[in-house]
Amino acid sequence: MTMGKEFLTIYWREMIRFVRFKGQLFAALVQPALWLLLFGVAMTSNFNSDAIPMPSFPGAVSVDYLTFMAAGVMAMTALFTCLFGGMGLLFDKNWGIMKEMLASPMRSYHIQIGVGLGGVTKSLIQVGLIMGFGLVLGVEFFSGFSAVQTLGAVLGILAFVTAFSAGFIFLSAGLAMRVESMESVQAIMTLLTMPLMFSSNALYSTSSFPQWLQVISSVNPLTYLVNGIRYFALGDDFAAMGTHYQYTGDDIVLSFAVLIVFTGLAFVFSWQAFRNAKVK
Amino acid sequence: MTNSIIEVKDLEHSFGDVKAVDKVSFTVEEGEIFSFLGPNGAGKSTTINVLTTQLPCQAGTARVCGFDVRTDRQSVKKSIGIVFQDEVLDRDMTVRETLEFHGRIYSMPRSVRLAREKELLELVELEQKVDVRTKHLSGGMKRRLEIARGLMTRPRVLFLDEPTIGLDPQTRLRIWDYIKSINEEGTTIFLTTHYMDEADRLSDRIEIIDHGKIIVSGTAESLKNTLGKDMIYLETEDDDKAVEIARAIPEVFQAKRTSKGLELILNTDGSKVMPTVLRSIEDVGIEILSVKMKKPSLDDVFVHYTGREIRDGPAENGLPKLRRR
Repeated sequence: MTMGKEFLTIYWREMIRFVRFKGQLFAALVQPALWLLLFGVAMTSNFNSDAIPMPSFPGAVSVDYLTFMAAGVMAMTALFTCLFGGMGLLFDKNWGIMKEMLASPMRSYHIQIGVGLGGVTKSLIQVGLIMGFGLVLGVEFFSGFSAVQTLGAVLGILAFVTAFSAGFIFLSAGLAMRVESMESVQAIMTLLTMPLMFSSNALYSTSSFPQWLQVISSVNPLTYLVNGIRYFALGDDFAAMGTHYQYTGDDIVLSFAVLIVFTGLAFVFSWQAFRNAKVK
Repeated sequence: MTNSIIEVKDLEHSFGDVKAVDKVSFTVEEGEIFSFLGPNGAGKSTTINVLTTQLPCQAGTARVCGFDVRTDRQSVKKSIGIVFQDEVLDRDMTVRETLEFHGRIYSMPRSVRLAREKELLELVELEQKVDVRTKHLSGGMKRRLEIARGLMTRPRVLFLDEPTIGLDPQTRLRIWDYIKSINEEGTTIFLTTHYMDEADRLSDRIEIIDHGKIIVSGTAESLKNTLGKDMIYLETEDDDKAVEIARAIPEVFQAKRTSKGLELILNTDGSKVMPTVLRSIEDVGIEILSVKMKKPSLDDVFVHYTGREIRDGPAENGLPKLRRR
């Protein structure tokens, strides 16, 4: 069996909708930008006021809070974009052209792959824009990197964001195909986003978490994405907020592998949802 | 073998314990407009969904364009076009994008796609609207766009599920014109509708389905002829007794009770029989409350065979029938 190109048509439609809803795009960017601007800047000025003495670690690059949390905000941007990225399918099912797509000879996995590609593209664009915005605000990424190193670091970040985003867009698409109502999806999403965000290392170190929370953190894909971004943006040895971070190459390969496994599971989850998709 | 484009034999479909379609058999000939009529819940949509492979074929056989819907779904899907009962449009795509998307998911080559889009937009007179998003179209334009989309792939059969539901009378007339011209170009039309005038106007052949079974089939003319030359509707004080009396009159071909009164089918000129009927009933002291005589219409055929008014209650309560949407 040869794979047709129909998924590109689904992708084409996803992208039309992405650029057409400028308001939605704007809103999706405002939230992470506000995190950076308000939370990031506010917390940074607090921590830098010398009221709290921070231990120093010889040899480690010391980074301020804004730089530290910028990686987390980028990861959260990818999370939100993709977690809600499958919602369009629910609209298609209830008020749109899902019937047309399922009645066509196109195999349903084309929808899955097209939507997945669309979600990853949107996520990369938004994460890129947020990173740019952070750099303007004074985030010290890639400090001391040569041009080639910076390029490599950016590619590394993009690879991590891609793997992570694919997982969450498949998860979201699989959910959207399984549930009936908008309300239940929104409930699931709200239930997911909070714990994902706060059990991760996006905004603070997880090293002083109690044991049970560390366990949750260690199965949270967001943690691994943040690891990847920090490794490529800040290097393998840095200190922030009194915590010393050291990454080895193995840590990063492992982080990436975890994301790939997660994406694989999410792919299977949505694959089954699409295979069983029926017209109401 | 005949050139039947759709062959259905002993088709059955159940939803749990409910048998929606019960041993239905019929054929549709290439090039005709075929109407599938029935009250709500009669099994129309279930049958159409099996024929378009959106529901599995549970029992019996169905072949569309020579392909078995059970074993050759892809070939069936490729050779048909569908206009769904509900609106199935992306509100934020333009008219051109809607057609383009359809052509692409059906793997049509670009040059064919573009030529076909142009041709169809002309046919349904939407050339001025190519770059308008579908949410800004009127109900009739949306329907025309959906019909054009159904025709993108030059299907051999076009399934139209209640194509004029909710449209104003002028728009309905225009849609009928499109359906006729599409049919004249050689596309077989499979139509389901609630509107008897629509079926009467368009169809070459009609099947009426109720309770999952085909009740009667034929051309609109032949179906109307089964109800005789004229029909008389009566309401009296004692319908049960009146129907007995009416049956005894030789010119009355058939008399039956309906929920509202009596329905008499006559094979001769009704205006000559009417006085006899009235006199016979009044002679035994039954008062007549109302009388109506008319030529049988397809509506009468429908009511006669499905007893729709019995199931839906008397029409006097003025409640419109609920439409399944």
